[in-house]
Amino acid sequence: MHIVVCIKQVPDAAQVKIDPITNTLDRSSAPAILNPYDEHAVEAAIAIKKQFGGKVSVISMGPMMAKDIIKKCISMGADAGYLLSDRSFAGSDTLATSYILTMGIKKIMEADPVDLVLCGKQAVDGDTAQVGPGIARRLNFPVLTYVQKVESIEAGTIIVQRKMDNGYEIVSCPLPCLLTVEKDISELGYASLPEMIRAAKYDVITWGVNIIAADTTKMGLKGSPTSVRKIFAPEERVGGEPLEGDIKTVTGILVSKVMEKLS
Amino acid sequence: MNKYDVIIVGAGVAGLSAAYVLAKAGVNVVVLERGLNPGSKNVMGGVLYRQMMEELIPEFWKDAPLERPIVEQRFWLMGKDAVTSGGYKDLEWSKPPYNNFTVFRGKFDAWFASKCVEAGALIINETVAVECIVKEGKVVGVRTTRPDGDLYANVVILADGVNSLLARRLGFHKEWRPSQVALAIMEQIKLPALTIEERFNVASGQGVTIELYGDATLGMMGTAFIYTNKEHVSIGCGTLLSQLSQSKITPYDLLDRLKQHPLVEPLIKGGEAVEYYAHLIPEGGYHSVPKLVGNGVMIIGDAAQLVNGIHREGSNLAMTSGRLAAEAYLIAHRVGDFDERMLSPYAVAITESYVIKDLKKYKNATHIMEKNPAYFNTYLPAVNEAAKEFLSVDGRPKRSKQWLILKRFFGHRGWFRSLWEIIKLGRSMK
Ligand SMILES: Cc1cc2nc3c(=O)[nH]c(=O)nc-3n(C[C@H](O)[C@H](O)[C@H](O)COP(=O)(O)OP(=O)(O)OC[C@H]3O[C@@H](n4cnc5c(N)ncnc54)[C@H](O)[C@@H]3O)c2cc1C
Ligand SMILES: Cc1cc2nc3c(=O)[nH]c(=O)nc-3n(C[C@H](O)[C@H](O)[C@H](O)COP(=O)(O)OP(=O)(O)OC[C@H]3O[C@@H](n4cnc5c(N)ncnc54)[C@H](O)[C@@H]3O)c2cc1C
Repeated sequence: MHIVVCIKQVPDAAQVKIDPITNTLDRSSAPAILNPYDEHAVEAAIAIKKQFGGKVSVISMGPMMAKDIIKKCISMGADAGYLLSDRSFAGSDTLATSYILTMGIKKIMEADPVDLVLCGKQAVDGDTAQVGPGIARRLNFPVLTYVQKVESIEAGTIIVQRKMDNGYEIVSCPLPCLLTVEKDISELGYASLPEMIRAAKYDVITWGVNIIAADTTKMGLKGSPTSVRKIFAPEERVGGEPLEGDIKTVTGILVSKVMEKLS
Repeated sequence: MNKYDVIIVGAGVAGLSAAYVLAKAGVNVVVLERGLNPGSKNVMGGVLYRQMMEELIPEFWKDAPLERPIVEQRFWLMGKDAVTSGGYKDLEWSKPPYNNFTVFRGKFDAWFASKCVEAGALIINETVAVECIVKEGKVVGVRTTRPDGDLYANVVILADGVNSLLARRLGFHKEWRPSQVALAIMEQIKLPALTIEERFNVASGQGVTIELYGDATLGMMGTAFIYTNKEHVSIGCGTLLSQLSQSKITPYDLLDRLKQHPLVEPLIKGGEAVEYYAHLIPEGGYHSVPKLVGNGVMIIGDAAQLVNGIHREGSNLAMTSGRLAAEAYLIAHRVGDFDERMLSPYAVAITESYVIKDLKKYKNATHIMEKNPAYFNTYLPAVNEAAKEFLSVDGRPKRSKQWLILKRFFGHRGWFRSLWEIIKLGRSMK
């Protein structure tokens, strides 16, 4: 079982300030941390490794400073850490970021096939939740979002719980696949001192654009068609209720509910 | 077993200086830091002195994240709405090798730590040391809060800052009394570089420090300061904890009053406070310096109370003590013996250096000033009254003015007593 976890360095949301005039995040003042969802993803990967054996690799795209979060994952128990870092990556939007990460993961796969890719549900700074599905599409892996629990992994199939607005659903999916995870997926551990020392000594594997053989027109500002018009919090959806039972009962209830509305 | 040559507790400037010297010499050294990164927990106004840093890394200014080289140091004796000021400006200080710089310790320490790692030191962050491991009267390692958290070494260097829990646990010192520490608070006020340069009257990139006395701390013993960074002004004040708690003023009120003082406010007007810090500064001086060396252990920096409060020097003493402790270790390393006697060259070297000599020079000054509030609440204001008398053109003859000035200065508390108090303070600083 080889699990790759995508990790992003983000400004500590607890300490970030919002520029009152431009409404953008002032990233300079806040310390950089491992995206909290990604931290839970790494911990979940370690738990799967403990149960089924195998190996956990982490990968991040970002500046050299992102080595810090890779080393943190090593202290948590990851076996290998890759940093994709190159001037030509700067300014990438979610489209380009997904492309670059995919190329990195493909490079890892050349030496060591991958069974499972984990991403956080979203990055707490960008908040788009697009990168995970973007990678899955490019790797041609099925994707399951909002995963809150891994129920089982057996005979090439993974069964997970996906968090819904009010409840969860249980889904099964063939491996390899990609999951984006909620924080409930794992409890964070506390690294031992020998693990901290191993991490401090660890040499992060750093790859530039040439090594992952990526197309430079698909990255950086040139490869990033997104433009931000406005940032706002969407209104919460109201109503809706989960229906329980087998397919037959559920469809029955559904039809009668619809009929009720129509009459 | 996890065994190293040296364990350093605390990645402040003291710990990093020691780590750098040791790693350069090929010693197997590990630094334990409780913060997320070196610097993340560090608070400093901060003037960093070039000389002591250069003794470690020549021409560090070419590479290190610095704010502004200081070209002018001003001193303000403040009244309610008056100030007597003095200072010195030297444009030589705007060029290499410089005199000193303002820095943000968050950035500077992170950079310094990266140099230590390049030299071969291991830095373990987010790890709290709780006590020294002692066997047969010798310090042989450190216990941390992590699982499997014991680490062993020939020598442990304590650089864990002002509170130094570890040295206290070893019985090297007691909990500091409120008269041995000052509470310093400060803010970073964000302002455009050009505005800073105009308001402080310096050319592009140059910096100014102002030390403020008197009304700035409401007559309490302490100082306030204003330092220019690239795009921030640091403003803060520190007063002895004992006097602060007597005064019943909250530290935040004190800083607020300083910021609103009519002579200070124009310097920071329109700026936004982006960061707020509070931290203790050791102020006990010479008499508070604990035992510096034991079997297998040395204490450096703030942990050893090595701060010269009167000259607001701390980081330089921390660096020098770190370097000297490392050099003492190197000698012991060659012999392979790490007991107190073998490490004592550190205590000797520091006593012979400016560090202890300066602290000794002022050994009674702080105490005299603390015991007698007149220095801060009578004589300092009298300087302003005297200056006013001297400079007001009001038709009175100069001779009677001189007489009045002397009376202002010495009259409040009686001639003889005043003369004695001033001589006493003067003598304590000679
Ligand atoms: C509209 C918009 C415009 C932007 N413009 C710019 C710009 O001009 N310049 C610029 O530098 N940045 C820009 N960004 C930021 C950057 O594009 C995104 O931060 C990045 O693409 C990831 O998107 P996200 O933060 O929404 O991550 P999400 O999609 O919310 O992240 C989900 C998960 O994907 C994985 N992941 C995401 N990013 C990475 C990564 N870098 N490495 C490894 N794994 C990762 C993590 O597992 C994460 O939990 C922009 C962001 C947005 C939303
Ligand atoms: C507001 C303010 C302004 C100042 N201005 C100046 C100035 O302008 N010029 C000047 O020279 N000095 C100044 N000083 C003093 C100067 O900051 C200190 O003297 C200097 O930082 C001492 O360095 P140090 O390495 O001994 O301690 P610190 O810099 O305090 O470093 C101690 C380190 O140890 C870590 N630590 C503590 N306990 C543990 C533990 N149990 N386990 C692991 N790690 C631990 C801490 O996180 C910290 O990183 C100022 C101080 C303050 C508070």
